[in-house]
Amino acid sequence: MTSLMGNQSRGETIGYSFSEPTSANVKQHSFYPYTDNGGSTLGITGSDFAILAGDTRSTSGYNINSRMVPKVFRIGGDDETGEGAQVLLSVVGFAADGNALKEKLDTMVKMYKYKHGKPMSVSACAQRLSTILYEKRFFPYYVHAILAGLDEEGVGALYSYDPVGSYEREQCRAAGAASSLIMPFLDNQVNFKNQYIPGSGAGHALEAVKAEPLPKDTVKQLVRDAFTSAVERHIEVGDGLQMMIITKEGIEEVFIPLKQD
Amino acid sequence: MFRNNYDNDAVTFSPQGRIFQVEYAQEAVKQGSVVVGLVNKTHAVLVGLKRNAEELSSYQKKIIEIDSHMAIAIAGLASDARVLSNFMKQQSLGSKMTYGRPIPLDRIVSQIGDRAQTNTQHYGKRPYGVGLLVAGVDEAGPHLFEFQPSGLTQEMAACAIGARSQMARTYLERNLDKFDGCSRDELIQHGLSALKETLSQDKELTVDNTSVGVVGVTNGKKESFKLYEGQDTAALLEVLEQRESAGAEAESMEVDS
Amino acid sequence: MNHFPEAWGRPRNDVYGAYDHSYLQTTGPKAHTSSPAVTGTSVVGVKFNGGVAIATDNLASYGSLARFSDVKRLRTFGDKAIVGFGGDVSDMQYLDRLLASMDINENYSPRGNMLNAKNLHTYLAKVFYKRRSEFNPLWNHVLVAGFDGEGEPFLSSADLLGTTFSAPHLATGFGAHLAVPILRRKFPEGMPLEEISQEDAVQALKDCLKVLFYRDARSIDKYSIAVVTKDGIDLKEDEQIQGQSWAFAERIKGYGAQTV
Repeated sequence: MTSLMGNQSRGETIGYSFSEPTSANVKQHSFYPYTDNGGSTLGITGSDFAILAGDTRSTSGYNINSRMVPKVFRIGGDDETGEGAQVLLSVVGFAADGNALKEKLDTMVKMYKYKHGKPMSVSACAQRLSTILYEKRFFPYYVHAILAGLDEEGVGALYSYDPVGSYEREQCRAAGAASSLIMPFLDNQVNFKNQYIPGSGAGHALEAVKAEPLPKDTVKQLVRDAFTSAVERHIEVGDGLQMMIITKEGIEEVFIPLKQD
Repeated sequence: MFRNNYDNDAVTFSPQGRIFQVEYAQEAVKQGSVVVGLVNKTHAVLVGLKRNAEELSSYQKKIIEIDSHMAIAIAGLASDARVLSNFMKQQSLGSKMTYGRPIPLDRIVSQIGDRAQTNTQHYGKRPYGVGLLVAGVDEAGPHLFEFQPSGLTQEMAACAIGARSQMARTYLERNLDKFDGCSRDELIQHGLSALKETLSQDKELTVDNTSVGVVGVTNGKKESFKLYEGQDTAALLEVLEQRESAGAEAESMEVDS
Repeated sequence: MNHFPEAWGRPRNDVYGAYDHSYLQTTGPKAHTSSPAVTGTSVVGVKFNGGVAIATDNLASYGSLARFSDVKRLRTFGDKAIVGFGGDVSDMQYLDRLLASMDINENYSPRGNMLNAKNLHTYLAKVFYKRRSEFNPLWNHVLVAGFDGEGEPFLSSADLLGTTFSAPHLATGFGAHLAVPILRRKFPEGMPLEEISQEDAVQALKDCLKVLFYRDARSIDKYSIAVVTKDGIDLKEDEQIQGQSWAFAERIKGYGAQTV
């Protein structure tokens, strides 16, 4: 009875039109177009090589989707064998966006070669990747990308990106779920941050150890150490380590098992 | 004075049932320098004779890679060929993108065939002034297709189009039964021999004017398209010369006996 | 009774509140699917030596209502690929029509439908990704089973966001929680495919479906199962879960009429 009385006061009209305009209750989208597939990636350069690595686990929440989903790709090579590629790309974050991004860049690099008759330089490729990401500034690719190759001088080149295309060339970069675990380790071990020459002075007079490019085998071992440590502390990282090493001889790919727990 | 009234556009039949504009387009193909294509169970080969417009200019490209599994050889208007090859490149990348498979040859050929046909049935359009040989491999093995400005496409065992191509076709017809049993390198040599047949007295095949393209499958493993140009053709031409002189010797011996 | 015929037979405003006309509106934001309606639950699949086996139950639920109990959720494509659908049933039927027309189109080529399961999976993932990017998702999670270009057994998953992954055994929905651990125990990753027989694979799927029937409230004991081998597809669509044991139910305390 109360509802009977209460509702009359609202004074709603019953019109002849079926499509009574109403501001009430406009349907909201409850669809969220992103998900986080976990995982971590890492890139380090040297004087004549660059290494890109990533774990091979794919997750959804607490589920492991698969233990073998690579995150590092050859760009611009043959579709089946990857032969002829001179650029590497790693993507971590939302895997579907990562794949779409990879395929788009791959197509761009192939079209460049078709149109100009020469492979795209790593710096040009890096710039292009930035514009591809920025094109979707208001519906971004939800990924952290790292691009690697050799520059015009044959020196290892590494470019890291945020999801909307900001990028810079760096010596090393960790991205993804365990980036906050790996990056400080890299700062210390690659760029020798917080390392000082013993007995070189006291306080501010202490002389910092100068960073210089590391040899390939040292870097490979650093990558393995970084991932075995990350696996211990992050649930979304594990199963396998995929490493791609680009030198003037070509691209070498290695898979190393990681803990599956 | 007599004037042909049925060649003002590409959509009007003459009373004899001909479409002159399309026939004229086919003449443009005959003006282009010759390209030869041949195929056997394992490989498809394209060879082409490049021309330079003048002594100081570069040579016009005759073989264009579309994708790692296919290429085209062109005779006629190179600019029209570029439009077609851009289209084919896009279709090929599109197929890789959406299905993750190299586009089947018959499919992409019928696509360009349809495009060319459209130009012969819409007022204000012009037929393509180029003929193509499309060579490649797909799941069904190696293929060679011929494409003409009329929109005609057909699968061929061997084919030659362009200026003086009749000589090459004669060679191909005479040697057709040898192709199936021969190796990759022998197939290339047959292609070069056919190409050589078309040359006028004062011309020769050189590293500057010869292009060779090969694509194939061996034991189910794809051999990506490989283009030989410039110095890369030197070895192939050397073998050709050896074969020719050996052949000539054998012939002269036959005469002797 | 009043003199407005539109109002006759409608819930009375004074009792039920104003009628919500919003669904008839032609202005305002275009509404896309924001949640699934009639849904299918898990799909489970496992690779074995020489092929792939895949299974679903035959139920389509409407929320918690077991709405349709004879809905086939395994669809064949050509003669060497099969798709198992979880999620919205109307979107499944749309995709089924899409795949049927694609199959017809492919069959125009002289060698027939040459698209293998891997090609099909790539395509489906693209469709899902395109639709999610338009904020108009196809609300499904599918498994694709068959063979890849090299003739190796292929099993891969694609969902409404366009996410893809592949593994020796996969399950969607509730199955990702309940079936995958069973399959991982039976066929540990790293176990060579040659050591997994077709019989073991099929039996494992049946066991998974049984566990799912026990524990997934949106499941039913009628199921479809398909085995893809080089010889073709063996699809059975009217199977019944055998050897059920509800003895454990008696030991569950705290529900029903039990007092202790």
